[in-house]
Amino acid sequence: MSNQLEIKHLNASIEGKAILNNLNLTLPQGEVHAIMGPNGTGKSTLAKVLAGHEDYEVDGGEVLMNGENILEMEPDEISRAGLFLAFQYPMEIAGVSIANFIRAALQARLDEGEELNATQYYKELYEKMDLLKIDRKFTSRSVNEGFSGGEKKRCEILQMSMLNPNYCIMDETDSGLDIDALRVVANGVNLMRGADRGFLVITHYQRLLEYIVPDVVHVMFNGSIVKTGGPELAKELEERGYGWLEAEAAVTA
Amino acid sequence: MAQPTLIDNDASESPARPELQHQDAFEQAIAALPDQPDWLIERRQKAWDAFQTLPLPSRKDEQWRFATLNRNVLNQIVPGNGVDAETADRLASRSSFIADHAGQYVFADNQLIDSTPLDPELAEKGVRFVNLETALRDHTDLIEPIFLQAQAELGSEKFVALHKALVTNGTFLFVPRGVEMSKPVVAVYWSSAASTAVFPHTLILAEDNTSVNLVDIFLSDNPEAAGFACSMANIHGGANSRVMRKVVQDWNENTFSFQNDLTIAERDSVVKNVAVNIGALKSRYENMCRIVGPGADVKMYSLTVGEKHQEFDQRTLQVHEAPHATSDLLYKNSLMDECRTIFSGLIVVDDEAQQTDAYQTNRNLLLDHTAEANSLPGLEIKANDVKCSHGATTARLEEEELFYLMARGIPERTAKRLLVFGFFEEIIEKVSNQELAEKIRDIVHHKFTRHQA
Repeated sequence: MSNQLEIKHLNASIEGKAILNNLNLTLPQGEVHAIMGPNGTGKSTLAKVLAGHEDYEVDGGEVLMNGENILEMEPDEISRAGLFLAFQYPMEIAGVSIANFIRAALQARLDEGEELNATQYYKELYEKMDLLKIDRKFTSRSVNEGFSGGEKKRCEILQMSMLNPNYCIMDETDSGLDIDALRVVANGVNLMRGADRGFLVITHYQRLLEYIVPDVVHVMFNGSIVKTGGPELAKELEERGYGWLEAEAAVTA
Repeated sequence: MAQPTLIDNDASESPARPELQHQDAFEQAIAALPDQPDWLIERRQKAWDAFQTLPLPSRKDEQWRFATLNRNVLNQIVPGNGVDAETADRLASRSSFIADHAGQYVFADNQLIDSTPLDPELAEKGVRFVNLETALRDHTDLIEPIFLQAQAELGSEKFVALHKALVTNGTFLFVPRGVEMSKPVVAVYWSSAASTAVFPHTLILAEDNTSVNLVDIFLSDNPEAAGFACSMANIHGGANSRVMRKVVQDWNENTFSFQNDLTIAERDSVVKNVAVNIGALKSRYENMCRIVGPGADVKMYSLTVGEKHQEFDQRTLQVHEAPHATSDLLYKNSLMDECRTIFSGLIVVDDEAQQTDAYQTNRNLLLDHTAEANSLPGLEIKANDVKCSHGATTARLEEEELFYLMARGIPERTAKRLLVFGFFEEIIEKVSNQELAEKIRDIVHHKFTRHQA
């Protein structure tokens, strides 16, 4: 069993419209990979397919997480198997407090009949909230309800750090963040970096990658990875924009 | 599922008890309350005559639209006539619903079986929390103007008449001018013997500048026995009073339940009703609020958990007779299996009730395709300077919300439950008594756990 997330020849569509087109990418644990690309190229679709969203039809290929094909699993199974998706647009859940929400998610990871240690849980929750500069009063607030954009994203990172995943897919986590919030979020992510965790940071802008420095940068276009390189590739994209990709794609075609 | 009937095979134990519609039932009810004043006998006689004369409502009546009323609903039912000592002990020991109360009465099949005296501090200040018999003996002057005077206006004239004629027990809460209660007083009503009728009665008289808190709880001894319940609650909120009344209806699912509540809100009063509807096979709940004084603020909140073949038929009326007042109604229902809900609400604003703010919202959460939610919101506005709105929504669980929860590793079933409990939190938060709120959460969770088991 290899400790990596392998996306092989992935094709996916929604309502008959093909979005992912023979996409290949390997993310080993311990590395941070960025996916950059223009809007509408399928970046968020990839994130949702990985998390098991049922609206997307997988037309071919496989996604192996530590050797296990996750495309056949339900979203909750994928999550418990170690994959975390930080949503671009986190949902507001009326009447469910953050504390109860994260608690239910942790409880779901325990064996039947086993109860979460509440004292330990709150201790850890508060520590991580302090780290992410989230007011402790938020624990009793409904998940994301009435939160600002920055609060929602910090709440995603809070969940991510509480659930301890092997692979973190971060879908445009930088969107809607001011520079202070971006620093807080990036700091939270950087503290989670380690040999046993892989990150796939999806973004449209290079800015986030100044704070979360990737090991590898992939460029996505029209549902495929068209270029892979080091962190310098992100800077190149920032300078040149995405227009040249189209030209290159036209030449290849 | 076969339609449960109210025919009971074990009723032979008390052959002498007359059926509900029989003259003897009325005579027994009259005899059950000793030393009744003439005015009361007259009122009850009048009610009995009305009950005998009025036809059973039918779905053709506008006020019974969508309802399914069993034509035999009154047949082969006898008025509850108390329980034996052993049952009384057993039920009394199961009645500690809210530990932190200021006094409690427990009734079983219309008989008082247990009581915890009112907090002496409140008694000292003149608060009275007594059963009807005591109220009639000691507080005739207080109750004469209001007892059994409320009229049904939402369709249940016949059932209200039945209640008035046959009621023999219940509670009277009197809070004199300026006195504030914080802890609630509690009345627990048990239905025990099969095929008997119970008549819970609540009478609250809150004088000016008071703070009042009462909880009614309806429970069945036996989870299967056929039951019939016909309750009334009359709440009088005096000027600048703060009145909270909560009712938890958790009869078993073979019970026909009729609830008729009337609230009268005087000048600057704040009156809050919270109804939790869990049990009964068919539950007809008529809830009417009359705002008679300017500046009053009335809240009507309700949560309902429907399953199997349950039918919850909810009719509400908010009447604004005075200006500058507010009323806010929120009824939330969740529906499973083949259950049905009917919400029919009306806001009436009289021509002198200017600057009224009145709202009415019914939200239905359909958890199964086979369930059916009906909504009939209505407005009748005669004043020209008012803010009124009504709205009804019927929706299923949001797929994207479900995905979000599942993407955190929460199994689908648990995720759905979290969303449904979240849906009800908006109501439970209004309960503003931590212990009771927790209890209501337990009851709601229990119903879902039982359902999924």
